[in-house]
Amino acid sequence: MFEAVNLQLTAGQLLQIGGKNGAGKSSLLRILAGLAQPDDGEVFWQNLPLADGDFPQNLCFIGHLSGIQPQLTALEHLEFWQAAFGFTATDGFQVLATLGLAGLEDIPCQLLSAGQQRRVSLARLWLTTRPLWILDEPFTALDQSAILLLQHKFTEHLENGGAIILTTHQPLTQHFPAAQLLELAYRW
Amino acid sequence: MFKWLDPYAKPETLYRICGLWFPWLMTAAVATLLLGTVWGLAFTPADYQQGDSYRIIHIHVPSAIWSMGAYSSMAIAALIALVWQVKAAQWAVGAIAPIGAVFTVIALFTGAAWGKPMWGTWWVWDARLTSELILLFLYLGVIALSGAFADRQTGAKASALLAVVGVVNLPIIHFSVEWWNTLHQGATITKFAKPSIDASMLWPLLISILAFGLWLAALTCLRLKTAILQNEQHRPWVRQLTASAAKEG
Amino acid sequence: MVMFKAAFVREWRLLARQKADWLNPLMFFLIVLTLFPLGIGAKPNLLAEIAPGIIWIAALLSVLLGAERLFKDDFRQGVLEQLVAAEEPMLAYVLAKIVSSWCSTALPLLLISPLIALLLGLDTAAWLAVLLTLLLGTPLLNLLAALGAALTLSADKGGILLALLILPLYIPLLIFASAAVDQASLGLDYSGQLAVLSAMLCLALALVPLAVLKALKLNVG
Repeated sequence: MFEAVNLQLTAGQLLQIGGKNGAGKSSLLRILAGLAQPDDGEVFWQNLPLADGDFPQNLCFIGHLSGIQPQLTALEHLEFWQAAFGFTATDGFQVLATLGLAGLEDIPCQLLSAGQQRRVSLARLWLTTRPLWILDEPFTALDQSAILLLQHKFTEHLENGGAIILTTHQPLTQHFPAAQLLELAYRW
Repeated sequence: MFKWLDPYAKPETLYRICGLWFPWLMTAAVATLLLGTVWGLAFTPADYQQGDSYRIIHIHVPSAIWSMGAYSSMAIAALIALVWQVKAAQWAVGAIAPIGAVFTVIALFTGAAWGKPMWGTWWVWDARLTSELILLFLYLGVIALSGAFADRQTGAKASALLAVVGVVNLPIIHFSVEWWNTLHQGATITKFAKPSIDASMLWPLLISILAFGLWLAALTCLRLKTAILQNEQHRPWVRQLTASAAKEG
Repeated sequence: MVMFKAAFVREWRLLARQKADWLNPLMFFLIVLTLFPLGIGAKPNLLAEIAPGIIWIAALLSVLLGAERLFKDDFRQGVLEQLVAAEEPMLAYVLAKIVSSWCSTALPLLLISPLIALLLGLDTAAWLAVLLTLLLGTPLLNLLAALGAALTLSADKGGILLALLILPLYIPLLIFASAAVDQASLGLDYSGQLAVLSAMLCLALALVPLAVLKALKLNVG
């Protein structure tokens, strides 16, 4: 599917993958996250092939599927993630309040709006201490304030030596000093 | 481990090998098939008990044997596919399954046709017959699963896994059916012990068995070739192949 | 262990909020059992003779009915893909799913087994055999159903396909479980059948979760 993709990402860097619909952004992300295997070529994490190293323990992947179960509340989602992904104990209420979801902690997620559900899904970024984030269209359905909030979070993460790979249609409004841009195009 | 398998697992190489073998296997299969059936059907003496109807053995027994042989080879391919992630082995699973299923149907059908004059009924819940029927269900499951996915690769992998699960279960199923059979009915009909077979009948039977095996191998080669082309159609080597074929044609 | 608990609690919350998921298979079980006497005739002798078979066929159909939902939501909503990507203790997740599915689909069958015995005219000894075989056999049903659910996860028509794949694998269980109940109703010893059932359960417990794991990964990848 891809030809001649060659890139390198170091700590503190952000990689933005752009391209038209169907250019293969999500497929590339899935390969980078180790969910799919490339036909040819290899992906390395700290000089080790993905399958050999401790890559999965360093990764926080949020795909274009939200991971939200409609019947569960926001707080229950956070509880599950904390236990399932070994996130260090952080106050769930606090995180949800930061995301502007105060007062909505105990409502089943199916009653929340799409943007609010997206915020719940992104709450993982506030819980995790993992260095590499791979995010597929994180800004979908978010309003301006949430987009700003998320970009602040990105800056903070990059300053702490993390790395981010994300796809997005819209240009980032904030300036990231160490940002790379990879534009994919579909070729017949 | 299995480093020696690696070069053969490359789709391109495997395609060439299959192409090379197919004509030989096919020729041998047709020749032995003709020899075995003509000898078996026309030139062997009739059975003193069963008359001429026993002659169906030359089709029934080989197909029954190879219906199980095909399942074993499919399961081995599936295991290779799962453990060493060999794509060509996944395709081999999909290539063998329908052939095995057809062999199973032939075995069941000829069994029924043989049963009618011998036992007076088309079907009895005999342990072997029941096991063979369940084998058919397992084959159909593998085939149905491989075709059920939008993504062909997922289908191939899932059916490989199912084939391995099936081969673990087959002995258990066979044993339990046998046990159930002895529980439910006496050994009246199941007492279908093969009488010591005369050499004049044995030879054509052995040749038929060989013929069905060659036939299975030839068909597998052919289907595997097709599967490789289908799955690799966008690869440069296939494009080259089709381009040169178009030029010649 | 943390993962097991988290996934288990999550599953129970979901079951508590989607009661149809476990109530419907139970009702299905009862209705199928009701249909047999209506279709075959309600002579007590006949009923007692076919009871083991129909109890077990109804049980395995109802477990299959409840199986499709097992991983479907987590797959659709991307939970599975996140778990696979982060390579979290997936085995604990799979086990939690299977245990909770047993609790929600098979445990109710055990609880209403006295009622079934009454309906089909089984005596106490036969009822005890039904209870024991259900206890040993239903975990096996759930394990294999989970395997089917995982295999057909991203298939187009998962539900019916799941049944086609898994029903042949249920045959040994059906044979031994109904034979045990049969023996019991004749007043014979059936410890042999129970031993075979336990052996099959042990084998399945060791192998099936791994196969489920593999199947989940290949559906996500």
